[in-house]
Amino acid sequence: MLSDILVYGLMNGAVYAMLAVGFSLIFGAARIINLAHTAFFMLAAYAVFYFGTSMAFHPIIAIPLSIVIVTLIGVFVYYVFMEPIREHETAVLIITVAVALVFQELILIIFGGHYRGVSSIVSGYISPMGIRISYQYLLTIGVVSLSLVAVWLVLMKTRLGVAIRSSAQDREVANLMGMNVARIAAATMAISVGLAAIAGVMVAPLYTLEPHMWLDPLVLVLAIVILGGLGSIKGSFIGAMILAFIEVTVVFTMPGGSFLKVAIALAIMLVILVVRPEGLYGVYMEGER
Amino acid sequence: MKNQLLFIAVIVLALAMVFGAMGCAPVDQEEEVSPPPDEDVDEDVDEDEEVVEFDGEIKIAVTGPMTNIQGEMMWWGAEMAMNEINEDGGVTIGDETYSVRLIQVETDEIMDPLGAVSAVENVIISEDPHFLIGGFRTEAVMPYTDLVAQDYQKIFVICGAATNELLEGRIDEDYDTWKYLFRVTPIKSTDLVTVTILMLNEVAMAVREELGIEQPKVAILAEALEWNEALVQMAPQIFPTLGLEFVGTFRPSATASDVTTELRGIEASGAQIIYTIFSGPVGIPYGRQWGELEIPAASVGINVEAQKSGYYPATDGFGDYDYTLMTFAQNTEITPETIPFIEKFVDLYGQLPNYNADTYSAVYILTEAAERAGTLDTDAVIVEMEQTDRISAAGRFVFDENHDVTFGPGFVTALGVQWQDGELLGAGWPIEWQPDPENAPDLVVGHEGMVPYQLPPHVLEQWRE
Repeated sequence: MLSDILVYGLMNGAVYAMLAVGFSLIFGAARIINLAHTAFFMLAAYAVFYFGTSMAFHPIIAIPLSIVIVTLIGVFVYYVFMEPIREHETAVLIITVAVALVFQELILIIFGGHYRGVSSIVSGYISPMGIRISYQYLLTIGVVSLSLVAVWLVLMKTRLGVAIRSSAQDREVANLMGMNVARIAAATMAISVGLAAIAGVMVAPLYTLEPHMWLDPLVLVLAIVILGGLGSIKGSFIGAMILAFIEVTVVFTMPGGSFLKVAIALAIMLVILVVRPEGLYGVYMEGER
Repeated sequence: MKNQLLFIAVIVLALAMVFGAMGCAPVDQEEEVSPPPDEDVDEDVDEDEEVVEFDGEIKIAVTGPMTNIQGEMMWWGAEMAMNEINEDGGVTIGDETYSVRLIQVETDEIMDPLGAVSAVENVIISEDPHFLIGGFRTEAVMPYTDLVAQDYQKIFVICGAATNELLEGRIDEDYDTWKYLFRVTPIKSTDLVTVTILMLNEVAMAVREELGIEQPKVAILAEALEWNEALVQMAPQIFPTLGLEFVGTFRPSATASDVTTELRGIEASGAQIIYTIFSGPVGIPYGRQWGELEIPAASVGINVEAQKSGYYPATDGFGDYDYTLMTFAQNTEITPETIPFIEKFVDLYGQLPNYNADTYSAVYILTEAAERAGTLDTDAVIVEMEQTDRISAAGRFVFDENHDVTFGPGFVTALGVQWQDGELLGAGWPIEWQPDPENAPDLVVGHEGMVPYQLPPHVLEQWRE
């Protein structure tokens, strides 16, 4: 059972981390709590369904096309709806909820409430230690890992990364130093939405597509970033792994209550927050700023 | 600033092109032939045909989640019946002829069960329909049948929710309050247990014969919802009587998008059979992951998603050999009405009808009762509804003392259907069902056209190894 928990915990944790890191990134750099984050994930899943299944494009075309389009939509949403009111954080928060609901309704109008599936890019499975893992899951973990490494490299090794981190530390000083803070925030938004889009296109063959599919991951992402410390990328990654392992452990140890896995994960998050209200890396994150 | 505006303009243009393309192109092949439901569809009259003058109209509200397949099926079934009735000259009540008019009520009850109550009340206040049909999710149907029966005294024919308590404990205990409620489809939860247990027995026999395992192990995989509590509680007690060993219950959320961990748990339990109880979208990732990961256990039970034409493509073909309960099957003649009904439905809407589509029978049952009563007075129609004895596509409809559809030989039984090589076929049960072999050995129930149940090849292969 331990090997099962280890393998499935890592698999689920990787997808959660991908979503949570993107969410943390835009909060850290621009103080935007983007509740539409998982709606972009949903848009990407539907886009790959549309291009890959309905238009019958090859996955090599459908996947990047979906990621690019959703990222552009994200930047568009940022410039039109968020940037003008960025100083009013509560208003931005509400705007992001509205944007997510608009996306949901648009999907409902265009695709209906039907449950959809997308073909796997690679089908079949391997069974190390007797545990069956589909190739699509392995591919997803690979792409997610590469994306996270790429984001880390961008943040640590590029001028854009330095600018994003400077902006995260102190926007006013960064502005005074001549950085275009609005453009940095837009670039961060693009990276953040891009991460959500990559997660969306990769899990589309694993999940069921429906217009409300953004809601459950949003609850998880919020729990993860609060657990990890709002704005801390490292905290988000570790928080994602913790919640994923809790969920998987619940399923394996009490199968009759496996539907409670999210509730139990959230309860444990609450317990951790009682002990450490700022989240696992909250104080460290403040220091980073 | 100028650059920013230019940038925004480019993105707007790109978005317009993308959404324009989405709007113009077919969403997918499955939906191309399936027109979306319209609101308040009046009878269509062809210009070449003789125009029939009606003296009035019978308004029937169809309540359901109209953007979901369950609601669409309800609407299409009712629409087909409405068009047939109107084309045949309408409904004769006394000396007058009435047309049927449907009113679509979007309850969105899958996502918002409480909001459904307001939607139903709105249509009653604004349109004052004579009858209501539909209802899918028990958590929504329970409160809105309260409203319809207690506050508005309208006839409501349930066409989607199986929970016993929607009728039991109501009509039998307080007839005057609840007499307005009837159920046409599906059969009630406890009857669903009976059918799925009979189907499970078919699978168990196949496991014994083909794999040589005398006491197959069974795991229950059931979504966590109210309607299936009775099934989850009753089934493990029945398994030993069938010579089956119960190894555990797994209960994912009805909206879970990944059940690989549950499937791994089932595999580790050594089960040869998975008894599924799903009405929600979890049925799709289940079918896909069960097939793709070649979980060595046959799948049998209820998977509402597997009853739909779209299941096979949605699971990328991995849902093949899933065995589920259903009301109709294209290859199976339950009554002489079954095949013509299915063929016409497929012609019109491009999809196989599922159990929700038996709003078709509900519209006929209501209008025929009104004709017999000679009035649209609710109490008079209820009396005639109680006398219903109608051969329909799903079987013979007779209401029991709780106004529920009668289940059993000679009435409505439902049937097993299995995906075999991409086709959804009536399979396994009932081919030669003897409901009471001791007292009625000559009573054998079976339907024309059904095929034998097949164990999934990957299950055969792995257990033989």
